[in-house]
Amino acid sequence: MKYLANVTTLQYVSDKCKGCEKCIEVCPHDVFFMRDKRAAIKDKDLCMECGACARNCDYGAITVKSGVGCASAIINGMITGGEPTCGCSETSSGSGCCG
Amino acid sequence: MQKIKLFTLTKEHKGTSDFCCANQSVTMTESACCTSSVKENPQWVTGTIATSVDTIMKISTDLTRCDYWGMIKSRVSGFRMHYTVPPGLYAVGEPKKDSDIFVTANYKISFDVLRRELKDLNAWILVLDTKGINVWCAAGKGTFGTDELVNRITKTKLVTFVNHRRIILPQLAAVGVSAGEVKKKTSFLVYFGPVRAADIFDYICAGYKKTREMSTIRFSMFDRLVLTPMEINPIMKRFPWFAVAILIIFGLQPAGILFKQAWSGGLPFLLFGLVSIIAGALLTPVLLPIVPFRSFAVKGWIVGILSLIAVMPFLGVSLKNSILLLAAVWLFFPALSSYIALQFTGSSTFTGMSGVKKELKIGMPIYIGTAGLSLILLILFKVKEWGGI
Repeated sequence: MKYLANVTTLQYVSDKCKGCEKCIEVCPHDVFFMRDKRAAIKDKDLCMECGACARNCDYGAITVKSGVGCASAIINGMITGGEPTCGCSETSSGSGCCG
Repeated sequence: MQKIKLFTLTKEHKGTSDFCCANQSVTMTESACCTSSVKENPQWVTGTIATSVDTIMKISTDLTRCDYWGMIKSRVSGFRMHYTVPPGLYAVGEPKKDSDIFVTANYKISFDVLRRELKDLNAWILVLDTKGINVWCAAGKGTFGTDELVNRITKTKLVTFVNHRRIILPQLAAVGVSAGEVKKKTSFLVYFGPVRAADIFDYICAGYKKTREMSTIRFSMFDRLVLTPMEINPIMKRFPWFAVAILIIFGLQPAGILFKQAWSGGLPFLLFGLVSIIAGALLTPVLLPIVPFRSFAVKGWIVGILSLIAVMPFLGVSLKNSILLLAAVWLFFPALSSYIALQFTGSSTFTGMSGVKKELKIGMPIYIGTAGLSLILLILFKVKEWGGI
């Protein structure tokens, strides 16, 4: 299953890659693969912007704007004017997220 | 990043009818299930290991009926908000200095799903304080993060229990944990293990190597189905408000609110509402890959309108005479299903924030417009109705 095309904020600079393969180890959607001793992106649209790759790239080759991918949280953010936050830790009647 | 699933409930839920813990309070911080007092050890503790540093609890790798009942309750209600285990170090089997260390969240289900997979192994379990939230969501929030891991490694004096420096984390924890920083601060080398605890044994046997299967998150029909109760629940809590509004609109007459009119006119609308909720919160998630288009809003609208077509011959009889009411129904209810389906992005394992923002940017004006227009149509219907008296 793939989500909307051409929306991900994932950016990757292959010049900075040292080939440690950490991004491949942590990506839950198999976005990266190795080509000529460097990581390469297989299919950007598979990315769900979880941010695991960027957090674990020690060479700063990957950036992605990660955040709450949940509609009710984003609506909350729109209403309060802040960043999207999920109310699930405070209330049991929040959205289905955070199972 | 509020996705679900580190774990899938792959085993049968046994004995669900034997509610051993049905009447217990859930305010205890330990497994509320089947323990008569907070002071007593929880039933998953099988003994203790006395060490020079601390007394470590030995835990069972067999889940009991109570554990499974806790899983089910957490899937359908707010019970999940208080379903925790105390953070710290635990022992499985007879762990030695060279035994593996597995890290998990202090959400009881995360803990249960891990220990269940460590059968016949000697291992350490390090439970982080994630405020009772599962691994992936906690990693997204930052509570299952580098700082908490470093802090917990120090607090438990982990180095005194082992002669190696490898700790195995669930892969999805990588959202919050930087392996590089942990190495720098604690000398422990983070191994991001498989996504699912069920693959741990194969992962160890393969020499701490993952197959692509093990490192990819899935979202099977069963995975999606178990999430639907928590989609339906919050909406059903708001349903009475919708019902009251509809009954007032239909019952309102120049002479006051007439119960008979409220019921005969409003009932089809209430049933359409229920159908739309089922379409958006149950059918769309379950049929997700089959329904065309990638947008959750569009998927929900399609399932919504198909459901409406299916029930119209039965529920639409009383609307036949009013174009205004029919227009309101066809406009409003598929849009409602669409909006509800869009909420499922919060539980899905493959949707990202940018995509959801895009859907909302386009969707919200349409939802608000549709709701407004439907209300105007209802008012026009009432005006016409009163004019005819």
